[in-house]
Amino acid sequence: MDGQWLQFLASGLTAGSIYALVALGFSIIFNASRVINFAQGEFVMIGGMSAVSLTATGMPMPVAIVGAVLIAGVVGLLLERFAVGRARKADVVTLIIITIGASIFLRGLAQLVWDKRIHALPPLTGDRPIEFFGATILPQSLWVIGVTVAIVAVLFWFFNRTLLGKAMLATSYNRMAAQLVGIEVRTVLFASFGLAAALGAIAGVLIAPITFTSYDTGIMLGLKGFAAAILGGLGSFPGAIVGGLLLGLLESLGAGYVSSAYKDVIAFVIILAVLFVRPDGILGALKSERV
Amino acid sequence: MSERDPAAPRWWAAPRTGGLATLALIIALTPFALANNYFYDVAILVGLNAIVCVGLNLLIGYAGQISLGHAGFFGLGAYGSALLASRYGMPPLAALAATTAAVALVALLVGRPILRLKGHYLAMATLGLGIIISIVLANEDGITGGPDGMPVPPLTVLGWTVQGEQVWYWVIGGCLLLAVWLALNLIESPTGRALRALHTSEVAAEVVGIDSARQKLKVFVISAVFAAIAGGLTAFYSGFITPEKASFMRSVELVTMVVFGGMASTFGAVVGAAVLTILPQALTVVKEYEMVVLGAIMMATMIFFPRGAVPTIGAWLARRSR
Amino acid sequence: MSGLRIEGLSKEFGGVHAVLDLSFEIRPGIVHSIIGPNGAGKTTLLNLLTGVYFASSGRISLDGRELTGLPTHAFAAAGIGRTFQNLQIFFNMSALENVMTGRHLRENCGLLAALMRTPRLVRAERDCRDRALELLRFVGLGGSADAAADSMPYGALKRLEIARALAGDPRILLLDEPAAGLNPTESMEIAGLIRKLSQAGTTVVLVEHNMRLVMDVSDHILVLDYGRKLSEGSAEQVRNDPRVIEAYLGAAEQPEQAHA
Repeated sequence: MDGQWLQFLASGLTAGSIYALVALGFSIIFNASRVINFAQGEFVMIGGMSAVSLTATGMPMPVAIVGAVLIAGVVGLLLERFAVGRARKADVVTLIIITIGASIFLRGLAQLVWDKRIHALPPLTGDRPIEFFGATILPQSLWVIGVTVAIVAVLFWFFNRTLLGKAMLATSYNRMAAQLVGIEVRTVLFASFGLAAALGAIAGVLIAPITFTSYDTGIMLGLKGFAAAILGGLGSFPGAIVGGLLLGLLESLGAGYVSSAYKDVIAFVIILAVLFVRPDGILGALKSERV
Repeated sequence: MSERDPAAPRWWAAPRTGGLATLALIIALTPFALANNYFYDVAILVGLNAIVCVGLNLLIGYAGQISLGHAGFFGLGAYGSALLASRYGMPPLAALAATTAAVALVALLVGRPILRLKGHYLAMATLGLGIIISIVLANEDGITGGPDGMPVPPLTVLGWTVQGEQVWYWVIGGCLLLAVWLALNLIESPTGRALRALHTSEVAAEVVGIDSARQKLKVFVISAVFAAIAGGLTAFYSGFITPEKASFMRSVELVTMVVFGGMASTFGAVVGAAVLTILPQALTVVKEYEMVVLGAIMMATMIFFPRGAVPTIGAWLARRSR
Repeated sequence: MSGLRIEGLSKEFGGVHAVLDLSFEIRPGIVHSIIGPNGAGKTTLLNLLTGVYFASSGRISLDGRELTGLPTHAFAAAGIGRTFQNLQIFFNMSALENVMTGRHLRENCGLLAALMRTPRLVRAERDCRDRALELLRFVGLGGSADAAADSMPYGALKRLEIARALAGDPRILLLDEPAAGLNPTESMEIAGLIRKLSQAGTTVVLVEHNMRLVMDVSDHILVLDYGRKLSEGSAEQVRNDPRVIEAYLGAAEQPEQAHA
């Protein structure tokens, strides 16, 4: 009985890390373009599925992972260049339909390129569960959590120490001011999509050995990642992480102690609760609208 | 003293009378093009989708709001009617009426807090609502039969059973005409102007006394009612209902139909429903390409014709005739 | 008759007072003007008086009835109408429909009647249409009734907004810089319009920079500076008030008469 809550904690943190990565992708794109990218989940799917294909050709795992992330990154860049970039001035409904359309398109493409079956990716360091105070934890889970922490650290360095990262931050605070100091907003937009796609792909590669992957795993992950972003405060990077982990834990504990059938509902109830009560989320990053 | 406004269009060109007459004509003549029951089935599906879209268009096109969860209301209408008719033995029409009233109440209660949100937030809140409904419908298999769905008794009115594609065609055709007539009436009333006003400038609308929150709620409830009725009719027509009908994808399809057909155009909504219902049927032949094509259409329409197909084509024709 | 009373009205935005402790009265039936340098808080005041902003403190009452804190549409229902400095025309409608929309409060037959298009609604719509045409003629736009609002010139749109505001039969009409962007001829037409309205019994409150127009039509002037009341009185009094001259009309060694 002791190990149970630890078990839930572990699985919650694992799922939460994935949600955090997806949420980061949402926030990065939202900050650069004020667009909610419904196709974010598909980047996760593309990452996982590409890794599956690449390892199947005999490539060593690390190379396959890099390849998968690159593929997803390219898809992200193409999405910005050919879809979102063209309609930047459009209103909310239009943009939403475009990214939803993109997500459907990518899913349909995945169906053609791959198939509709479920695929497994071999775990990074084997699948022998580790005993830990009464809980069993997969080594892959540790990878998920560990890599996420590492990525967060890298992103922190990126946004605070590199020029491109600082430019992206500046654009998210005040687009006009950023343009006035010479920041090429188009480049920032482009880079944001690439970065968000890469993050999604990494999440996909990390989680595929645990939850398997198929052409439609992106939908729910995308929506939940979005719930996490809203929970932490859309546009806030620390918020994305906090929101992701919190959502993962709430889901895990809820499924374990309340009802496992309604596990998926938790994310959406959270969306509604946050939007009704405190739309800015926990770490509320958005500035209020000036009248 | 009121004179006939010389600038007002003649009755056959005015949307309410002329357009309605044209639609009635199309509905009356279409059966000649329907070779077998399969085609009737597609036509009925078009009609049912069109009813939802006409209501949804009032919300999206005229009032300028968005809902990514309207399939939820559709599902509630379907399951509610099915349950009341089968489990509680209510006469089907009464079941439909009662369910519609219940859905209107739900929309009224949920609408108030939800419509305070704007833009992306409103989209996500309605999305969350729709998905919660679809998950509950799929999970409560004791009541709803779960993901596999549940059977629905046929629609009987005063002893007469409405059965068969051909009969249903006329029923749905009539309902569609009614829906379009109601929507057009609403648009040409003070409420319609109020909606169009608050779409453009909410502050100016408020300043002339329009309670924008109340107007948005009104049209939200109306669009939910249209969806619920269409849902109930779908349940009775199909004899079966699954939670997939309330899914997020369905909500997305509905919004796409409205937006593709043309926002702020009731007939555009009908056209959008027709095109995007028939297209997947036509693509069933190459089912694997269905998603790719749908996704591509969605993106292309919004990038190149953001105002929707009907208004864009209409404007193009208007330019050519000059 | 309508008397709008403002007591201790303040509005702050994050620590900055746009309007501070304003108290004055708008007596019925005459033309009031509110003037002052840019940033004096004139438009903020107008937004407060029409319920677009919530007051941070203070009271607004009309005929003794408290309006403070009510939503915007309630101010309209109380009989206050306005135009906007940066035109808020409904560009997705025709000129006529814009004015008809202004009449929203005067006609609401109810949802069911609207859906069914009852004979009562049809009659109400016809009456609304007639009244709207009348108002368009009153502001000089009689020929443009069916023109699309987004095709009309700027000067016409300013008059359209006035017609729309009048459609609600307001007791008090607040005009936010009605002459902005207009040439002298058009400004004179606006002055004529304001005088017609005043004669018809509507209380008109004017926010304006065009001093000629202000001095021409106003019975009473309120001068704001940095959100506070600087001076008020008749055109003659305000024109000669040294504080006003210094802050707004142009500082002078002796309190000379400022240009009219």
